[in-house]
Amino acid sequence: MSEALLSVRDLRVGFVTEGGLLQAVDGISFDLAAGEVLAIVGESGSGKSVTAQTMLGLTRSTNARIEGWASYRGTELLEADDAAIRDIRGERIAMVFQDPMTSFNPVYRIGAQIGEAIRAHRRDVSKDEARERAVELLDAVGIPGAERRVDSYPHELSGGMRQRAMIAMALALDPEVLIADEPTTALDVTVQAQILRLLERLNRERGLATILITHDLGVVAETADRVLVMYAGRVVEQGTLDEIFYDPQHPYTWGLLGSLTRLDRERPERLPQIEGTPPSLLDLPPGCSFRPRCPHEFEKCSELPGLEARLPEAPGRRDRCWLDPADKRERRQ
Amino acid sequence: MTADGPISKGSLDVSAHRRDGEVLLEVHDLVKHFPVKRGLLFDREVDRIRAVDGVSFTVNRGETLGLVGESGSGKSTLCRAVLQLTRPTSGSVRFEGREIAGLSRRAMRPLRRQLQMIFQDPYASLNPRKRIGQIVGDPLRLQGVASGGELRRQVRELLDRVGLSPEHHDRFPHEFSGGQRQRIGIARALALRPKLILADEPVSALDVSIRAQIVNLLDDLQDELGLTYVFVAHDIGVVRHVADRIAVMHEGRIVEEGPADRVCEQPRDAYTKTLLAAVPIPDPREARARRQTVGSD
Repeated sequence: MSEALLSVRDLRVGFVTEGGLLQAVDGISFDLAAGEVLAIVGESGSGKSVTAQTMLGLTRSTNARIEGWASYRGTELLEADDAAIRDIRGERIAMVFQDPMTSFNPVYRIGAQIGEAIRAHRRDVSKDEARERAVELLDAVGIPGAERRVDSYPHELSGGMRQRAMIAMALALDPEVLIADEPTTALDVTVQAQILRLLERLNRERGLATILITHDLGVVAETADRVLVMYAGRVVEQGTLDEIFYDPQHPYTWGLLGSLTRLDRERPERLPQIEGTPPSLLDLPPGCSFRPRCPHEFEKCSELPGLEARLPEAPGRRDRCWLDPADKRERRQ
Repeated sequence: MTADGPISKGSLDVSAHRRDGEVLLEVHDLVKHFPVKRGLLFDREVDRIRAVDGVSFTVNRGETLGLVGESGSGKSTLCRAVLQLTRPTSGSVRFEGREIAGLSRRAMRPLRRQLQMIFQDPYASLNPRKRIGQIVGDPLRLQGVASGGELRRQVRELLDRVGLSPEHHDRFPHEFSGGQRQRIGIARALALRPKLILADEPVSALDVSIRAQIVNLLDDLQDELGLTYVFVAHDIGVVRHVADRIAVMHEGRIVEEGPADRVCEQPRDAYTKTLLAAVPIPDPREARARRQTVGSD
């Protein structure tokens, strides 16, 4: 395995609220190697976005309680001063969000904004050079007529083209890591397929390491190398793409995979469903957070299982479930 | 038009509505154009947006018609034009054999009881200042169906039906999760015992673990209450699961219509094929195999 670009160890992020301490992320660890695509899967409130934002210093505030350790090529991120984190953010680690409309300033032309992003970090680049670079970038992400489009305002582009432009801006400083937070959720499926192919191409051609944050297991199956599944602020299991899909270890993952509607299968009479709703982060059940919704829970589950390697044949796998692995395989059927 | 069977008062059992197979809704050559106007003193129509451009379909009692399309395909405008929430430019909408296209708001009012809608965003479609009991009970009260103790009883029954508990009666929408809010929206839509429910993207704003619950709930309610659905969504996987027939919409027209499995397994229209090919396969091996056959760009 190649050396990690990005490392996170036992990251915890809490927010002080009127209702008490809200533990949005409760101990997440991972490494991201060059050229790798890591998917963080979870529902709203699982902590997947807060994890990414915290690495980039975007959750810093007086009511945030951040613990643990995160580094990019040896530079500590959580304690880095604002100037240092700003240099890394955008230049080394770029981010793409779900809604490109809110990421662009509506009153400036696309090209000017991409140029601005470049010139903010590279003082020696002239306006003309920055504009030229913007055209190249728009062209690289597959925007037809980039030469003209560079002068468009954000609202003049379709959703898919705006997301491409957003990715172009993220690539402006040639980062090593791209964090894509639900990059295709707001898009139509035909456009989603194009954006996923674009991300795949960037990953392949530029060796761009990617953290893909999503709730959509279909998107994960199409893109990721490794997967972290999060639930209520904790990682409940992690493994390679195939391990997660073909040998999932946590009942929450079983539930997620089971409830998918699949066009390539006969439709079941009834869609398997996970009962109940995710817990409030201000009022987590003791022990395993998934316990109240889990059809397999037993006494032991009142104690929180650690995220541990439980499969002798797959030392890289981790999960938080007390069930015996052999028993799991039987129950999963 | 046939008279409805007797509905026992206060009971939600509307199985008397059920006469499966017979046409409940018939839409013929429905058009909704929005004029694009420009001009200094007098607005001149310079162009028209053909949101719905000659759409025909029928929905039989007790069945689910799935309406699939991407953003801008005209599916939401079609729903609004069917329900006369926007006046169609031309065409016919027959509900139980009766023409409703172009009916005034007033003339539509008695029909509203039978045609209900469920919306995508359970956050935006519930009045934040009203308690749940009031939200669900308002249709009953406004239509003069029930009041006082009887109203409370019916609301409790509705909440129970959609999987909410009686203690939710006095709470406000913000106290509920997305899935629970969608249940409230469904209870409200059911209050007047409608025959037809148009569900516009009812699960797309919900978390994955909640989607299946709501899909199954709609399924159960259909069986129990003999409901007829038009289920509108961009997600053809979900639509295929719930629908008996699927109509695919593209640029204001229905480009293909047929039994759900047939449309998904042997699509005939080029756009339907594109749509199906774009749906991610939640299975890494099959996704890889498909990428290899399709080839990367």
